Amino acid sequence: MSQEWPLWEVFIRGQHGLNHRHVGSLHAPDAEMAIKNARDVYTRRNEGVSIWVVEAQHITASSPSDKGPLYEPSESKVYRHPTFFDIPDEAGHM
Amino acid sequence: MYAQMVKSEASQDDPEKLAGFQARIDAGEKIEPKDWMPEGYRKTLIRQIGQHAHSEIVGQLPEGNWITRAPTLERKAILLAKVQDEAGHGLYLYCAAETLGVSRDELTEMLLDGRMKYSSIFNYPTLTWADMGAVGWLVDGAAIMNQVPLQRTSYGPYSRAMIRICKEESFHQRQGYHIMMKMAQGTPAQKKMAQDALNRFWYPSLMMFGPSDKDSVHSAQSMKWKIKMNTNDELRQKFVDQTVPQAEFLGLTVPDDTLRWNEEKSGYDFAEPDWSEFFDVIQGNGPCNTERLAARNKAWDDGAWVREGLMAHAAKKRAAKLAAE
Repeated sequence: MSQEWPLWEVFIRGQHGLNHRHVGSLHAPDAEMAIKNARDVYTRRNEGVSIWVVEAQHITASSPSDKGPLYEPSESKVYRHPTFFDIPDEAGHM
Repeated sequence: MYAQMVKSEASQDDPEKLAGFQARIDAGEKIEPKDWMPEGYRKTLIRQIGQHAHSEIVGQLPEGNWITRAPTLERKAILLAKVQDEAGHGLYLYCAAETLGVSRDELTEMLLDGRMKYSSIFNYPTLTWADMGAVGWLVDGAAIMNQVPLQRTSYGPYSRAMIRICKEESFHQRQGYHIMMKMAQGTPAQKKMAQDALNRFWYPSLMMFGPSDKDSVHSAQSMKWKIKMNTNDELRQKFVDQTVPQAEFLGLTVPDDTLRWNEEKSGYDFAEPDWSEFFDVIQGNGPCNTERLAARNKAWDDGAWVREGLMAHAAKKRAAKLAAE
């Protein structure tokens, strides 16, 4: 059995000014072909102005079971949100 | 549907974990690849998504059959774009299946050696240009019936693939109906051809939804897991109710003498397809089963040197780049 083409994750910038966004994955022998395949698979209807591809094995993901400890620091700091502070209307627009 | 009679697997997992998993699904949460899931859920999904992907890929064959013989350059370009979309849909789905821990090559091999199935509908031949109309209108129409609710399925990657597919699928059905309109309004010979296509594709389209609910043994677990959203009979009824007025608009006759509007259920009563034919086709005895699998096997074998050659080229380029650094 021959070696399977590696898996690439595809990110597309939908319009100028927007972030690249993950749209899916595909198999390709190298980065150049991955871009070409991504063009055919993910932008058949003008969905993009720019494509990034990265080999899936190079992506490190957080683990779902870490969810609690990983995000706890942000959950306990409500004062990071502007609504935490009560400012009287008389102070004017802020 | 594109996935018919998907056998659901019983789970032997820890009851507590199972209950927690079911609670997430009931709460409408999406399950993502790295989340814990019951073995049965994973296996059933691989089978279902894989079968769906295979259907998209094999589904290119009956239409590919007419690309070189389309009546105008515009129709040819449209058909080519549609067939290219089917390839894309197959790829979205294969990627979704791969997130469950099966490789692309394994999936392909299971299709090629018959361990995995594809939809029964693609084992019927496309004999005339009107069949391109009937396939888009009826076959893609039936597929949409099933795919729209599946956008809400519990497995994240599957749901996202379905959303992409549904966005693109409407073009497929409309181009098919447009062909039917042209043919039905054409010469008597063209209209006859359109009627003949409807006659041949009507019952096979009804079969796409799978056996009647009373014979459908795998539905309950899959519905609980939200990997099947409606029963086979519900979807079939919806399809008939939507399609009959479309046939009337074309001035064509649905080949069913028993077809009647039933005021009480505000839906049509209609004849069931011949289920023995359905099981026969599933078993491999349809008019085109052998031809379809032979075509897929040939494409895989003939493409081997390309797959291997591009890998060798990529390795060579990588080595040259390393040497230059």
